Amino acid sequence: MKRALIIALATLCLGTQLLAQDTADPAPDTDLGPMQQVLQENAELIVESSRRTIGPAIDAVANSELEAASFVLETWAAREMYQRTSDGLFFAAEETGDDIFTLTDFDSGDVVGESPDDDLEQIKPNSGIRGLIGTALVSFQLNDPDPEKREDAISSLERRANADLLAPLRASIEPETDPALRARKIRTERLLTIAYDPDEAARIAAIEEMSGDLGVDVRATLNPLVATTIRAYPDGVPDDVNVAYTLRPGSDELPRMDAYAMTDGPAIVSPDDIRAALQANIDGGSVGGIPVAQLSDPARREAAYAALAEAGTVPPRPTEADIDAALDATTFAAIYAEPSAAVTAAAEDALSAIDTNVGFNQMLDLGLDALSLASIYFLAAIGLAITFGVMGVINMAHGEFIMMGAYTGYVVQQVIPNHTTSIIVAIPLAFAVTFAAGVALERLVIRWLYNRPLETLLATFGISIALQQLAKNIFGTQARPLTSPDWLGGAVVLNDVVSISTVRIAIFVLALIFLGVFLFIMKRTRLGLETRAVTQNPGMAGAMGINPGRVNMLTFGLGSGIAGIAGVAIGLYAQVTSEIGQAYIVQSFMTVVVGGVGNIWGTLLGAGLIGTLHKGIEWFNPSNTLAAQTYMIIFIIIFIQFRPRGIIALKGRAAGD
Amino acid sequence: MQRSFLMKNPSIMVFLAVLALFTIVVTIGSEAFGAGFVSTSFVKTLGKTLCLALVAVAMDLVWGYAGILSLGHFAFFGLGGYMIGMWLMYERTKEIVAASMAEAPIPPTPQEIVDGIGTQIFGVVGSAEFPVIWAFADSLFLQLVLVVAVPGLLALIFGWLAFRSRVTGVYLSILTQAMTLALSLYLFQNDSGLRGNNGLSGLQNLPGLDDISQDFVSMWFFWGSALALALGYVFAAWIVSGKFGSVLRGIRDNEARVRFLGYSVEGYKLFLFTVTAMIAGVAGALYYPQAGIINPAEIAPIASIYLAVWVAIGGRGRLYGAVIGAVFVSLVSTFFTGGQAPDIDLGFYRIQWVDWWTILLGLSFVLVTLFAPQGMGGLFDLITGRRHPERHGADLGPDKGSLQEEEAER
Amino acid sequence: MSQLLEVNGISVTFDGFRAINNLSFNIGPAELRAIIGPNGAGKTTFMDIVTGKTKPDEGKVLWGDMSRNLVGMNEARIAQEGIGRKFQKPTVFEDQSVEENLLMALRNARGAFSVLFWRPTDADMTRVRELAAEIGLANELSRKSGELSHGQKQWLEIGMLLAQEPKLLLVDEPAAGMTPEEREHTTDILVEAAKTRAVVVVEHDMEFVRRLNCKVTVLHEGSVLAEGSLDHVTANQQVIDVYLGR
Repeated sequence: MKRALIIALATLCLGTQLLAQDTADPAPDTDLGPMQQVLQENAELIVESSRRTIGPAIDAVANSELEAASFVLETWAAREMYQRTSDGLFFAAEETGDDIFTLTDFDSGDVVGESPDDDLEQIKPNSGIRGLIGTALVSFQLNDPDPEKREDAISSLERRANADLLAPLRASIEPETDPALRARKIRTERLLTIAYDPDEAARIAAIEEMSGDLGVDVRATLNPLVATTIRAYPDGVPDDVNVAYTLRPGSDELPRMDAYAMTDGPAIVSPDDIRAALQANIDGGSVGGIPVAQLSDPARREAAYAALAEAGTVPPRPTEADIDAALDATTFAAIYAEPSAAVTAAAEDALSAIDTNVGFNQMLDLGLDALSLASIYFLAAIGLAITFGVMGVINMAHGEFIMMGAYTGYVVQQVIPNHTTSIIVAIPLAFAVTFAAGVALERLVIRWLYNRPLETLLATFGISIALQQLAKNIFGTQARPLTSPDWLGGAVVLNDVVSISTVRIAIFVLALIFLGVFLFIMKRTRLGLETRAVTQNPGMAGAMGINPGRVNMLTFGLGSGIAGIAGVAIGLYAQVTSEIGQAYIVQSFMTVVVGGVGNIWGTLLGAGLIGTLHKGIEWFNPSNTLAAQTYMIIFIIIFIQFRPRGIIALKGRAAGD
Repeated sequence: MQRSFLMKNPSIMVFLAVLALFTIVVTIGSEAFGAGFVSTSFVKTLGKTLCLALVAVAMDLVWGYAGILSLGHFAFFGLGGYMIGMWLMYERTKEIVAASMAEAPIPPTPQEIVDGIGTQIFGVVGSAEFPVIWAFADSLFLQLVLVVAVPGLLALIFGWLAFRSRVTGVYLSILTQAMTLALSLYLFQNDSGLRGNNGLSGLQNLPGLDDISQDFVSMWFFWGSALALALGYVFAAWIVSGKFGSVLRGIRDNEARVRFLGYSVEGYKLFLFTVTAMIAGVAGALYYPQAGIINPAEIAPIASIYLAVWVAIGGRGRLYGAVIGAVFVSLVSTFFTGGQAPDIDLGFYRIQWVDWWTILLGLSFVLVTLFAPQGMGGLFDLITGRRHPERHGADLGPDKGSLQEEEAER
Repeated sequence: MSQLLEVNGISVTFDGFRAINNLSFNIGPAELRAIIGPNGAGKTTFMDIVTGKTKPDEGKVLWGDMSRNLVGMNEARIAQEGIGRKFQKPTVFEDQSVEENLLMALRNARGAFSVLFWRPTDADMTRVRELAAEIGLANELSRKSGELSHGQKQWLEIGMLLAQEPKLLLVDEPAAGMTPEEREHTTDILVEAAKTRAVVVVEHDMEFVRRLNCKVTVLHEGSVLAEGSLDHVTANQQVIDVYLGR
């Protein structure tokens, strides 16, 4: 067999040489390289460059089993292949000087000389031919020794496949050594089989195999199979179409008038058409015998139109009975574009399995989203859980402390360009800045207003608007970016449905750390003990040697400082503006109130509830986050009806005493 | 009875006299009726200020007298504005649409006119259909009813839910703030039926009165606002006089005690909350035709907090304090934010009041809360020599009305 | 004899602590009763339950001839039924005058609308003056009640209770912080009041109870330990144990 091939080839070569000597006048002392020989054999076809006839030429190159084949195909497709008119040889040519081209031999890959412009004829494959070359090239590249090239080939296959590539792809699976690439090839082969395999059984088998797969590519392959169009059949549905289901006119999917428009009855005349027709036919102050002044009445308009139709001036309107008759006589059916019923049935089953799976994974994704939103609310609220929950001080400027933290992060980033370092510096600095601000606020304002919560609310509101405006004056009204370091920039992708960005994971982790810190401070430190003592009974605590003023100051500073750190985290996730705190303040208070004042676990639950609720409502109406917030707040108002003291309420006489 | 009531409260007579004098001076000075030293735009500003004073009176009733720090009354104010705005915009657009359709060769059908109005009004939010809530927009009477009915109903439902579960003090404040936020977010949506963030506009044009210049229209609204303020003030004063006022102040100072006297505290709160919401609705319905435009940003929670600020600066617990606070702060705000105040050049920095006014306001508010809890109204005590009793025991005042949380559950 | 108030087997638990344990207690229409007991015996919680401030976990509180169950009614409703309560700390409306305080307490319609249109009649003003005379505040009618002395506030509160004309008066430690003369006056007012209505006095002070000269109920750990005349209960060994410790 092999010998026969060599003989055949040798004969061919000989023939070509003879032919070449006949046609052109090649340099007599040059032996042509094997690729050049192949090209010469197909020279006519190549030069003719016709979509219809080029096939054998490409096949010849692709099947030559020569190393140079892919080089030729790439050069060809890139329109860089030239034929030298003097001897008819093909070269890869590149313009290196003024109308001077450098020629590269295909076989050796060496530069073999230069040639002026007028001695060269560029081979200009049209887009159809380039497509064919591309296909040949892909099948070629699929077996390229370089794994990167193979990967490129698979990627291009995944993007734009066609039926012709199925065979080379299948052939390339067996010799594939790289397991990852092999898996991708097998997957792509399955998808191409679904789309293009002529054998119905093979397609169905492939569809069943991919059933339940979450990949977007699988859905993209299956969806066209089950796409339907609605058609009208006046004589019943023919047998040779693949019917999905039949439809009744007047349903949501097929409104009555739309259905009628698909029949071949006389066109419907809309009120607008009537008006246009009447306007066009005004005749001396009346239309169809009816005075123009009366035409503000729809019934008179119809009468006038009927008169015009009677006279033959305008086409008649179909009556209701006409429409009904036309609709009754016609069958409406949704028709699959895919002719094979077995394939569409399998595809429908597979898609429904996928939908179930996607739905499940979407719930998972939604759960992750809710969790990350809950962590953000928790971060924003944990400072409040200290100042409001434990101390009972209502601080409307809490949101502005968050803002101060975020701006601290921004300023640090202006000074320290390295994002990682700047974040590490920003967190303690933000804590220090807002701690100081909190202590100042407590000393100057709040301590005069203990036990007067409504006045505290108003005074701190005054601070809030002043701080906000101050931030506007300093930083301007436009949003300032707080860029996260690269290692926080990515996302963790589980599959095509479930993914979560790294920043959100970081915020979740930060929330957990804060929870731990809070519990540690409140339960295990002297400050926590004194804080609880002062909160429960300041007089008694004072009598036992605790300085309530100092404890209140430190606790308030702590709560404010935590707000500052939360500000850095929130700034990474959202844009830093002077209103960043406002966006969270109401939700934060809600979180604390819903959770149950004075209990950190309650705040955690509250954040979880509000986060889940928010995402859940958004899921029902994804286009509208405003509505989600509205309904969430309404839900909270109703929730408070049933648990006025939050999820975890202190019980008994001790509460609030 | 009414006469003796007015006689017993001379401050009401003084207030009414001052208001009447002010109205006469403005009328004489207006461009429409007199010397013209009060510009039409300033007449509008003054008219709007009177409306703000009216809503401040309502706020003072709920907060200063009953101790409910509502952060929702500006939402009721805005709702009143929306209700009258719907009629104004509908009728005004109807005129324009009818005029343009009248030029067509054949007269329009009623449906075509309605469709035309729909396209004009809702085109900006990508719709042409009239939402259900516009069902009465063609009737001035019904929309006027809605001006009080909608805020009243919302206040009734919300108040019933909140008071029933005995939410009090700051919790109630936060809850009302949440209600306001929910309402404004809802109205920000394009499919809320009230044109989303575009709001309602062109409200200064009264339908059918194109020939009359704004000079006159602004005066009518000014008089209307002055009349509404006078009536609202007298009504509020009447409510807080007598035993009802006693009960309200009792609720503010010690809710539980009032309850053990046999008064249904929730019922009183709900009554007051609803009535003041209606007053706020009326004030809003007079305010927005003078402002010309209303959008959801107007009813954001911050507006309601500003309302509390006015009342606090003016002096809560006394009705004229609320009026003084609203008039003073809003006029001074207009002065500073309108760019009329001269900049102060410190050499190294130039203080522009547009930027720094809010800071000044915020800080002065803190100072008032700390050092002058009586507000500007406290100045009158210095004049009249009115002294507050030496108080024994626990703190009193509006904040005391906020019960401890444990009351909420029982 | 039919009972005015019949407390039947009530129990209430706070966070696992049984404040009231299967307590039963009766009082007739014109009876003066003192309740004594050590701290934490459940005296105040008992009052909270009767006045509706606290809901019992189980049991019934039956009221009046109709034997209506008070459990589940709110405080205002119970007050309207004719139960008045005086707190341990004097709680009057300090920002309002003595007259306003008394007018608010006068037995009249309590609804928001009727109160809105209500104006005092001559009879009402007369009644206020009578009450003021009874509690010794006749000359202080126009003063802010915040300016009154501690004892005067206590009397004003008792006066407000009388103005309510309740069928049952619950009085929590009326004599706390009073001078001996003031105590005497208080005793007189209570004894006088008990002639026309039932009065329940919670008190620590044995001397004060002795002067009331009435039936005594001893509470301990949320239930009735002993009942009878003061001499009878003070002779009871259990009561002695509870008061003196074991």
